[in-house]
Amino acid sequence: MPKLSLTHFETALLFALLTSVVLGVVTKKTDQERIRYGAQTFGYFMAALFGLGWLMYFGHG
Amino acid sequence: MAEATLSKPAPSGIAALLLGFLIPGGGHFLLRRNVRGALILACVAVMFFVGIAMRGAFFQPQGGDLLNIIIYCGGFLADLCSGIFYFLAIALGYNQPDVAGHVHDYGSKFLVGAGLLNILALVDAWEIATGQKD
Repeated sequence: MPKLSLTHFETALLFALLTSVVLGVVTKKTDQERIRYGAQTFGYFMAALFGLGWLMYFGHG
Repeated sequence: MAEATLSKPAPSGIAALLLGFLIPGGGHFLLRRNVRGALILACVAVMFFVGIAMRGAFFQPQGGDLLNIIIYCGGFLADLCSGIFYFLAIALGYNQPDVAGHVHDYGSKFLVGAGLLNILALVDAWEIATGQKD
C-alpha cells in the first residue's frame, strides 16, 4: 500500500468530517436532529481549526 | 422491580455489544438500524485505513510513570476497539514502529480515533438495545 501523506489541514478536515458523522449518528434521537447536530459539530471543528490557526499565526508574530 | 428489570442486561444488548466490538456498526445492524450501522462502519473503516496508509503505529501497553501508563495503555485499548480491522492488520503482519514524523503521528491518532468512534457506537447500540433510545 503506498504511503498516504496528507497535510495538517487535510488531516484535520477528514478527522472533523468522520467524527462529526459518528457524533451525529450516536447522539440525537431523530434523523433531522442528527443531521443538524453533525453539521453543527463539523462547523465547530472548522471554527476551532481556523481560529486556532490564526491565533498561532498572530502568536508567532 | 422495574429498576431491577432495567439494570439486568438484555441478551440482545450483550450480543449488540459483542458484535459491535468485532465489527464496527455490527450492533446497529443486529438491531435493524442499518443506515446508522453503515455510516458507523464507513467512518471507522475510513479512519482506520487512512491511519494505516499514513503508517501510524499501534500503541503497546507500557509501564513507567502514571501519564505514560495512561497514554500507552489507553492508546492500546482504543486501538483494540477497532475490532476486526485491528485484528486483521495484526494478522496480516502490520507492525509499524513508532518513528518521528508528523504523517506517522497523524496516522497513529487516526488509528486511536477509529477505536474511540467505535466505543461511541457501542454505547449507542447498548442504549438502543436496552430501550433508552430509539
